[in-house]
Amino acid sequence: MGGPSFTARVVWALARRSIRGSLRRPQFLAPLVIFPSMFLAVNVGGLTRTTSLPGFPAVDGFLDFQLAAAITQSLLIGGVATGIATALEIEGGFFDRLVASPIPRTALVLGRLIATAVTSAGQITYFLIIGLIFGASVKGGIAGVAVVYLIGIIAGVGFGAIGQAIALRAKSASTVQGIFPLVLVVLFASSAFFPRELLSSPVDVVAKYNPLSYISDGMRNPIIDGVGSTSVLEGVASALLVVAAAGGVAVLALRGRLRDA
Amino acid sequence: MAAIEVSALEREYRSGFKAVDGIDLRVEPGEVYGFLGPNGAGKTTTVRMLVTLLRPTGGRATVAGHDVATEPQKVRRKIGVALQEAALDHLMTGRELMELQATLHGIPARSVADRAQDLIGRVGLSDAQDRRVGTYSGGMRRRLDLAMALIHAPEVLFLDEPTTGLDPTSRATLWDEVRRLKADGTTVFLTTQYLEEADQLADRVGIISAGKIVAEGTPQALKDEVGRPHLDLCFVGDADLPRAREVLAGFGEVRVDTVDGVDLSVGVLEGSRAIAPVIRALDEAGIVVGRVELVEPTLDDVFAAQTGSHLEGAATPAPTAI
Repeated sequence: MGGPSFTARVVWALARRSIRGSLRRPQFLAPLVIFPSMFLAVNVGGLTRTTSLPGFPAVDGFLDFQLAAAITQSLLIGGVATGIATALEIEGGFFDRLVASPIPRTALVLGRLIATAVTSAGQITYFLIIGLIFGASVKGGIAGVAVVYLIGIIAGVGFGAIGQAIALRAKSASTVQGIFPLVLVVLFASSAFFPRELLSSPVDVVAKYNPLSYISDGMRNPIIDGVGSTSVLEGVASALLVVAAAGGVAVLALRGRLRDA
Repeated sequence: MAAIEVSALEREYRSGFKAVDGIDLRVEPGEVYGFLGPNGAGKTTTVRMLVTLLRPTGGRATVAGHDVATEPQKVRRKIGVALQEAALDHLMTGRELMELQATLHGIPARSVADRAQDLIGRVGLSDAQDRRVGTYSGGMRRRLDLAMALIHAPEVLFLDEPTTGLDPTSRATLWDEVRRLKADGTTVFLTTQYLEEADQLADRVGIISAGKIVAEGTPQALKDEVGRPHLDLCFVGDADLPRAREVLAGFGEVRVDTVDGVDLSVGVLEGSRAIAPVIRALDEAGIVVGRVELVEPTLDDVFAAQTGSHLEGAATPAPTAI
């Protein structure tokens, strides 16, 4: 026992369990798409004329612009859901069962993050289909779609790691649930819903340093323009930064939990 | 080599509270060790340290020859754990959980299904294996928990209050399984707050109170330390008590005891084997016995002798009434 093949087998087994759990708990899965869909519908229905504002990028429609925002919002809620699932596992004692098993400690974090990646892919697919049904198009074509998946999945994993880190520290599902309003505030303080050029001070300054701005712009550019811009690279880099930072914090939180349990 | 060896083990929390306060114990391979104590005595904290879920703040413990603090992965490979309140994923089926547990313990993929089926059948859950665990009864969850703990044939099995809250039938099923494990040579560390459970299953018992082990030994030896069995006798009509005392004096120390309508009590070393000779002797003396009860010391008496209080749920010891 041990070695990379055992680790990979365990991580996949834990990921499969998490995916199964999500599918069997539709009340957890539904908010990931319902809330952002409603937000998307309200925004597109009421704010379409903003596309004619000076400084707004050239787009075929407001839906094209808002799709990346809806995906980002959905992935953030997915991160909260990952945290809640981890906290429930701790509260219910199943996490202890995993800890008492002879598996690599990192597998405890990685298993659920792989599941989060799969869920993220599903969320992105849902919003792309919704967008296409209601008249949006991806200017970047297949490559553009691939970039949206790439940035979205990496970002989804990063948001999941943030949720896990909070769950491992707080050990309480209600505490993790409590960060949901904060998530929305951070999202609104980014360029996810409106171009940074149209944001007033001080939100535009916050948005400049907010990784969510670059993640949503990185996914938006392939939809409204193409894959050749620096926004894509910035999006990938920001998503990777979130994964590295949040993943590191999650691993430290796990070590802390194992030490102090 | 001992299966479990604990020396001056401590767990002190940041508040300064010592949940476990310097305990020593040794469990031999193949032994069923009963760890008995009331809620909050330190049983679960001790188990959590021994199964590597909690780091000791003092002392040392080895399980299956490995130090729990410095070689936790080696310990985890050799132990099976069924914690208090069967910690199961209610969204998964019994079969899925068994197969996951097999994977976590490195059982080769080709053997996972067979091993899972074997144990599911052994604990009587074959018919329910494809149902979600959330639909299981408390007894079924406990049995599944036990089966999961056994998936890799552990050298040492930790059962933390395995029958708390179970109905008598489920309790009996689990007891049978523990007996079978003992027969197979598995070392079992069993925490319980039930006197009868420790008495029935354990080769040796450690009694813990306020984080310290207050008594240790075989159940019989511990009970012998606090007193001998005695017979409580009630006579029919106006019995000749002085004559009865004379007759009973030949069997052991006699005392007058008016509690619960008892006329006389006599200590009997032989326990239940003394009942027939005592009644025969009284009968020959013309004294008619209306009621006789054999009262034996219990582990609660041991606990009471050491701590001055009784174990929860341990009421007056149940006598053998005739």
